[in-house]
Amino acid sequence: MKATLAVLVENHPGVLSRVAGLFARRGFNIESLAVGPTDNPEISRMTIVVDGDERVIEQIKKQLNKLVDVIKVSFIEPENSVSRELVMIKVNTEPEKRSEIIGIAEIFRANIIDVSRDSMIIELTGDKDKVNAMEEILRPFGIKELVRTGIIAMNRGSKCIESPEQ
Amino acid sequence: MRITAAEALVRCLEEEKVEVVFGYPGGAVLEVYDALYFNKKIKHVLTRSEQAAAHAASGYARVSGKVGVCIATSGPGATNLVTGIATAYMDSIPIVAITGQVPLSQIGGDMFQEVDITGATAPFTKHNYLVKNAGDVPRIVKEAFHIASTGRPGPVLIDLPRDVARKKIDFTYPEEVSLKGYKPTLEGHPLQIIKAVEAINSAKRPVILAGGGVISSGAHDELMRLAETADIPVTVSLMGIGSFPGEHPLFLGMAGTHGMPRANAALKESDLVIALGCRFNDRLTGGAGGFNKNTKIIHVDVDPAEIGKNVKVDIPIVGDIKNVLRELLKRIEKRSRKDWKDYLEGLKGEDVVEGCGDISPLDIIGELYEQTRGELIITTDVGAHQMWTARYYKFKHPRSFITSGGLGTMGYGLPAAIGAKIANPNKQVIHITGDGSFQMNFAELATLRENDLSVKIILFNNRGLGLVKELQDIHCGGRYSQVHFGFLPDFVKLSESYGIKALRVESKKELEEAISTMLKEEGSFLLECRLTIEARVKSLIKEGKTYESHAGSLG
Repeated sequence: MKATLAVLVENHPGVLSRVAGLFARRGFNIESLAVGPTDNPEISRMTIVVDGDERVIEQIKKQLNKLVDVIKVSFIEPENSVSRELVMIKVNTEPEKRSEIIGIAEIFRANIIDVSRDSMIIELTGDKDKVNAMEEILRPFGIKELVRTGIIAMNRGSKCIESPEQ
Repeated sequence: MRITAAEALVRCLEEEKVEVVFGYPGGAVLEVYDALYFNKKIKHVLTRSEQAAAHAASGYARVSGKVGVCIATSGPGATNLVTGIATAYMDSIPIVAITGQVPLSQIGGDMFQEVDITGATAPFTKHNYLVKNAGDVPRIVKEAFHIASTGRPGPVLIDLPRDVARKKIDFTYPEEVSLKGYKPTLEGHPLQIIKAVEAINSAKRPVILAGGGVISSGAHDELMRLAETADIPVTVSLMGIGSFPGEHPLFLGMAGTHGMPRANAALKESDLVIALGCRFNDRLTGGAGGFNKNTKIIHVDVDPAEIGKNVKVDIPIVGDIKNVLRELLKRIEKRSRKDWKDYLEGLKGEDVVEGCGDISPLDIIGELYEQTRGELIITTDVGAHQMWTARYYKFKHPRSFITSGGLGTMGYGLPAAIGAKIANPNKQVIHITGDGSFQMNFAELATLRENDLSVKIILFNNRGLGLVKELQDIHCGGRYSQVHFGFLPDFVKLSESYGIKALRVESKKELEEAISTMLKEEGSFLLECRLTIEARVKSLIKEGKTYESHAGSLG
């Protein structure tokens, strides 16, 4: 079972290592982790996708909550949220294949952000399935390099994940 | 007035009403020691290793209920604290550890005596700080004491780089703590409390399992009222010893792999376990051989992460145990559960000792009990002597049994006894140890003498590691690997070289007088009792049919 957690943390150095260390020493599995500051520069938000049974996921939430630097931990339900990931793929482009690859990028509404004689970098934003699909289609051309940001996610509608007032 | 950050740190300790700190100086913590030099209010106890300073702070905290403080320098000073910090973490003991650090500007350069102690201790501190701005010292110390002592208590470490310690700041001590990410839940949820009340009132065979949380929340009186009102037998985890009087008719003794058979039977055969501030550690649940699946469990703990971590819980209540029990007691109905109690009484084992020479461990602990009746503080190390003490001494008061439960740290007891004696100078403090554990930290005999502290040491000398040997009997087919000491010092002479009177007993008939002599001695005293390493304590249940070794299900 996969779960997506939105974790508000103090924007201090060392907080990421506390969170990562917690996962390592309690044997929890991180599928992906993305972090950056929020609109409040004192608070960062992590989106962590974890894998485990119900009991493990409950423990992950509770153990995260025990870290003093962790302000709030919320689950993001897939059905009521949007999630996105950004990926950059450097793909082999022999001259005769170039237009075909551009066509694929257009179908996925991806951007070509770098072109050289024998390669291109394609930038794609989407949920995990879309990113995986594009990766599969480009694979036969020869993927030279691939980098993903990890998923970020937000609840739909006006429901917000906010830091509790002091 | 502008003072240095190191001076501010010491002022903060004063503000926190710290009376004593345990520590060891060094290069990176010079500024703090210089500030202590001018301080008249805080007593500094110089231990003989930093590990002992952390254990002493922990012993002090356990007995006093206040936050214990220890100080060490960077690098090896800090790493020597690590065992003590981890020990405190596992047993939820509030200590604040202060370490010096190489200058901030040089951190990361692998300087002399540099170690990343905040990184190293992150897994077993409740929280830790690397101080980067001198002006943050008052806030950080305030937060550290708050975090250490509230909610589920635990150790907090403050790492202070030398250049930061020298900077001058305007000192004001904050009145309040404001931490967005730290707000312990202290009141139990009212609906959960009602569910628990209904379960208790309708249970036929309930048992209370009290852990260390009962002691740290000061809920022993409430526990007594619950047990007596609802007529519920009480068992304890190792950490819960002292939360309920050992002589009380409702007391079943300690549960767990080393526990009393009837306590384990009660857990297994009950229809309702009321677990208060315990973590269902493997050493506890192993003894009960896994719970009956029809047994309901109420689990009260201030740490939500403990609930549901190791066993499935039917009625979870997050909150401070004292608060929760007070709410429960408003609705608990008076009951008499004679059949259940009679049944458990029938399981009361008779302890037999096998393989003993002229003295059995039970003789020693029995005689100590005869002469003290629970009016003392006992610290132990880790091993067979610890389990015998936990099983057979009838502790009367909370905060009177000081042992390393979760981490099982050999060498804990002597420094912890130093902290215990300072916290409660009027009580007899007895340190029960074995020859293995004692050799790990006996240098602290010097600290005892230097501070004119009276700690009585009972050393069970079986010339080896009895508990490990027993495990090798059970699990390794009697292949004894490295459990016998080929050389041991003369412990009586060793003690005398520290100016501490000592006596050796080798037979049962000497015990009564020897223990009496020890207890009457004004200063410290060491009583060496010679045992055989084969000494085993087993419980004989029901017509001699079943033996249960106290390590039977270990490993």
